[in-house]
Amino acid sequence: MKVIYFAWVREQIGVGEEEVSPPGDVATVAALVHWLAARGGGHREALASPERLRAAVDGVFAPLDASIAGAREVALFPPVTGG
Amino acid sequence: MIRVVVDRAPIDAGAEAAILERGGAGAVATFTGLVRADDGVDVLELEHYPGVTEHALRTLANEASERWHLLAATVVHRVGPMRPGEGIVFVGTAAAHRAAALEACAFLIDRLKTDAPFWKRETRGGTSSWVEARDSDNAAAARWRAEPSG
Repeated sequence: MKVIYFAWVREQIGVGEEEVSPPGDVATVAALVHWLAARGGGHREALASPERLRAAVDGVFAPLDASIAGAREVALFPPVTGG
Repeated sequence: MIRVVVDRAPIDAGAEAAILERGGAGAVATFTGLVRADDGVDVLELEHYPGVTEHALRTLANEASERWHLLAATVVHRVGPMRPGEGIVFVGTAAAHRAAALEACAFLIDRLKTDAPFWKRETRGGTSSWVEARDSDNAAAARWRAEPSG
């Protein structure tokens, strides 16, 4: 699946998006965040505090406990600040 | 008519209002959000989630149109770098009477702040920082969920 990052999450990780293949037991957004953070470096820095993150699964805002089964695109980002 | 635009170009609020006024409505309400010039910000930059942003804005505009029986709704949001005094966002609504136009306009800007994927970064004196989300914005958006249909 594709993972997309925005704002300071993107800056700390150092890329805007990447293709990942998490193992089957990574079933939720929160589990994906935990799995990505274990890569260390910028991933750990950006994803160490999941409570600071928001997510979208296939373009729809989703809570961190949402399933990622079958998802093509998961976005991770800070709380939005438009308007 | 729903009109949603997300673009790097400056917003022409007058032209957007004129489109709404041509639609035969009895009332047009508009809101323009500007980059504040009074807190030392040199540049404000807006990042967004292409495709998903437009879909989120269109969903809100459709919800407002149904809830307040609008004749038209327009949401224009600028992205990229902008300077103090320039427009960030324009929301306009057209309805038969003022209450619907005014309420729908307030609904759109309040909900846009929490439901659309934009992120602001401010630069002051050469130092950039990401703007933190505010609890007051969440409260403003939540009141439209709590109230019965208008």
